[in-house]
Amino acid sequence: MTLRAGVLVFPGSNCDRDLAVALRRAGAEVVMVWHKEASLPAGLDLVGVPCGFSFGDYLRCGAIAARAPIMGAVAAFATAGGHVIGICNGFQVLIEAGLLPGALMRNAGLKFVCAPAPLSVGTPDSAFTRRYARSEALSLPIAHHDGAFVANATTLARLEGEDRVAFRYRANPNGSMNAIAGVLSQNRRVLGLMPHPERAVDPAHGGVDGARLFAGLAEAVAAGALEGA
Amino acid sequence: MRARVHVTLKRGVLDPQGEAVRQALGALGFAGVGEVRVGKVIELDLDSTDAVAARAEVEAMCKALLANAVIENFDVEVA
Repeated sequence: MTLRAGVLVFPGSNCDRDLAVALRRAGAEVVMVWHKEASLPAGLDLVGVPCGFSFGDYLRCGAIAARAPIMGAVAAFATAGGHVIGICNGFQVLIEAGLLPGALMRNAGLKFVCAPAPLSVGTPDSAFTRRYARSEALSLPIAHHDGAFVANATTLARLEGEDRVAFRYRANPNGSMNAIAGVLSQNRRVLGLMPHPERAVDPAHGGVDGARLFAGLAEAVAAGALEGA
Repeated sequence: MRARVHVTLKRGVLDPQGEAVRQALGALGFAGVGEVRVGKVIELDLDSTDAVAARAEVEAMCKALLANAVIENFDVEVA
């Protein structure tokens, strides 16, 4: 089975095509989905929410995109057990849409940070991280102004206790609590992360540490492990 | 009616922007500034002519979009 992915496109998305390229390299079939659509194409295994500056980051990053017509369908897809990945602005959108907990706030240093980020894998227990080893060191690019992950003590304890931290910074670049760079939903099928795996899939990118995330998803589909929506 | 919404960060949520403003004020010679918190003001022109209904509507808007309940509080003024 081939991985079928839908990549959302909002006004201001700028990594939508990068995400499509990364998915296609892993063997996926990709359709782009405009934010004004009210439904997703049938038969998707994965929805990708790309990075960018959706709606100019107005009000709060991701806040307007999270209320776009397509997001009702994405929420229904996730509720039915579908896999969703949100990268950077996409992570902000998923949090604003209530599909992931916490909030992403202005970086502690107040500066836009654009650099390779040394990370470690929090958990290999998801379709996204199955090709990585627990605590494995890797490097993915980050490029954001509002990436400080914050949550109340109860939420933070749950994320840690349920092994839902997908990636952690090895050198905290933005003041994220517990150095969290990416989190999973309770059913482990929604991943949001600030680092950019889709910008690290070709040696010309300066690294290929992101490639296994997409390869792992494709593999999970081939193994029939991604059934759901 | 006009409504004015004040959105502020909840107590306990760190505000690096407020801290930077506090330091800048200190650098300008304004002594004695304790904590600084930066929020935002949103002004809305409403068709409604009923203050009670307008307030209820704006509060619903705050919960649905204007404020993020995880990190922000809101306060509505209607006039």
